Amino acid sequence: MLLEINNISVVYADVLQVLKGVSLSVEEGRVVSLLGSNGAGKTTTLKAVSGLLKPENGKVTDGTIVYDGCPIHNLSPEEITRKGIIQVLEGRQPFKYLTVEENLRVGTATRWTQPYQEDLELVYRYFPVLLKRRKSLAGYCSGGELQMLVMGRALMARPRLLLLDEPSLGLAPLVVREIFQIIERINEEQGTTIVLVEQNSKMALQIAHYGYVMENGKIVMEGTAEDLRKNPDIKEFYLGMGSAETIRSYRNVKSYRRRKRWL
Amino acid sequence: MEFFLQLMVNGVCIGLIYGISAMGFVMIFKASSVINFAHGELLAAGAFFFFTLTAWGGLPVYAAFILTLAASFILGFIVERLFLRPLIGEPLIEVIMLTIGLSSMFKGMMLLLWGGNLYTFPDFLPESLSLRFGAITIPPVYTGALIIGAFFLALFGLFFKYSSQGIFMRSVADNQTAALSLGVHVKRVFALSWGIAALVAAISGIVLGIINGINVHELSSIGLKVFPVVILGGLDSITGAVIGGILIGLLETFTGGYLSTSLKDVIPFIVLVIVLLIKPYGLFGLVEIERV
Ligand SMILES: Nc1ncnc2c1ncn2[C@@H]1O[C@H](COP(=O)(O)OP(=O)(O)O)[C@@H](O)[C@H]1O
Ligand SMILES: [Mg+2]
Repeated sequence: MLLEINNISVVYADVLQVLKGVSLSVEEGRVVSLLGSNGAGKTTTLKAVSGLLKPENGKVTDGTIVYDGCPIHNLSPEEITRKGIIQVLEGRQPFKYLTVEENLRVGTATRWTQPYQEDLELVYRYFPVLLKRRKSLAGYCSGGELQMLVMGRALMARPRLLLLDEPSLGLAPLVVREIFQIIERINEEQGTTIVLVEQNSKMALQIAHYGYVMENGKIVMEGTAEDLRKNPDIKEFYLGMGSAETIRSYRNVKSYRRRKRWL
Repeated sequence: MEFFLQLMVNGVCIGLIYGISAMGFVMIFKASSVINFAHGELLAAGAFFFFTLTAWGGLPVYAAFILTLAASFILGFIVERLFLRPLIGEPLIEVIMLTIGLSSMFKGMMLLLWGGNLYTFPDFLPESLSLRFGAITIPPVYTGALIIGAFFLALFGLFFKYSSQGIFMRSVADNQTAALSLGVHVKRVFALSWGIAALVAAISGIVLGIINGINVHELSSIGLKVFPVVILGGLDSITGAVIGGILIGLLETFTGGYLSTSLKDVIPFIVLVIVLLIKPYGLFGLVEIERV
């Protein structure tokens, strides 16, 4: 396993417990999806791995995170990124006053003494639209362009493990499709291991090999993407396609509640 | 007319030096949101270090200049490591109190070492630096100020535009969390910004020291002129700092030339108040990009 999270608890501001014993493992070369609704703790899980909890006053209080055989749960983001783990933040977060190409160059921070020209070409091959916009300020790019920009920026670091936080958020369906195709290609062509956090479970489970479902700071379900796609609960709650014969009766609502609790 | 042009030339030269000094102040603010009240002392420290090396140490001017810049850079770096770093993440007011404390501490140390006397540099600038355009003469110091100002402006412009470290520094100023997520060494950027700030403060300290003579109180209060300069230019804009510097420089020399020399040092602060009243974010503050 490339990444192994063992039973971690995360607490914000010393009192607010958000993760309550989360365990998950990620095999090298795979796309693993982490699903769940708003506030389930998906972003917190990613930040625990990338070390970005610290500036938010969050802390892993229990459990271990082991990456490539090394415990990393006490390391700083500077150290973790240099081990090859790069998180692409939720909500895109470009450097607005830097040009597209300057944004990409920040991606070389972990290895800034080495040449980066080839990596730049690679990123432009995956995201041709960035080449066209390379000299314009990131602040003036569209949402889809920005998502490509922040993913390209992360690729510049040559990550071994890429953590993507809701890349589809707020984007048009066509753009989402394009971005997910590129994620799949990056995984296949670059061999990058990917943890994909999504609320758009349908898209995520199409490209993931394995998936976890989170609720209220806990993992409530896991399985291969194929199993999860077929699972009736996932279908109903996360894919938004209850089977046709289900009648929307009071009993169904109750069963929804019951299942929800069980989940 | 000649008098007017002469004042204008002097004003631009001095203003460029103010601008260079303000650039350092703005750099610290942009990188780490710290308002450095010890900026004037960094400026004075540079002038005294240079003075000690040339007048007392007998070093050649060029060597002393380079040595002073290096020493100032290291001083800024150390100040960040020792005093600012432990306060990262603490409330802004604590950090401000700290820089005010640093300012008193540095001033005390300098008074201890050099006393409160006024020193003047030995006359080392060659007469050949004096430029003459018709009736206007630019004295050697002002020519020197112009050359040094333009040179370092261009140097830092290139540094921020093209070098990796310069781009990392701008990324931290732009979005610290995103910079952190890509492995930018944010603390190193803070330290670098202090180093560069102390370095440019020293440059302006040396030039202003040559013009006005060097004295701890005098130079550190000249350092306070960064406030009108950056308020005029916008606290977060490096280009604004330079333009603000030139404007204040012009304003001062014109006031000194046409009104009275005693009003000269007050006028920047009057402008400061007026600008604060009508444009609180400065004349050249960054226009926030709303889209995204
Ligand atoms: N910096 C923070 N301080 C305090 N609470 C936080 C912080 N970040 C997130 N939380 C809380 O933790 C819970 C999980 O948040 P998050 O991990 O962002 O969920 P998700 O990404 O699944 O939407 C939420 O209830 C949220 O309010
Ligand atoms: Mg989230």
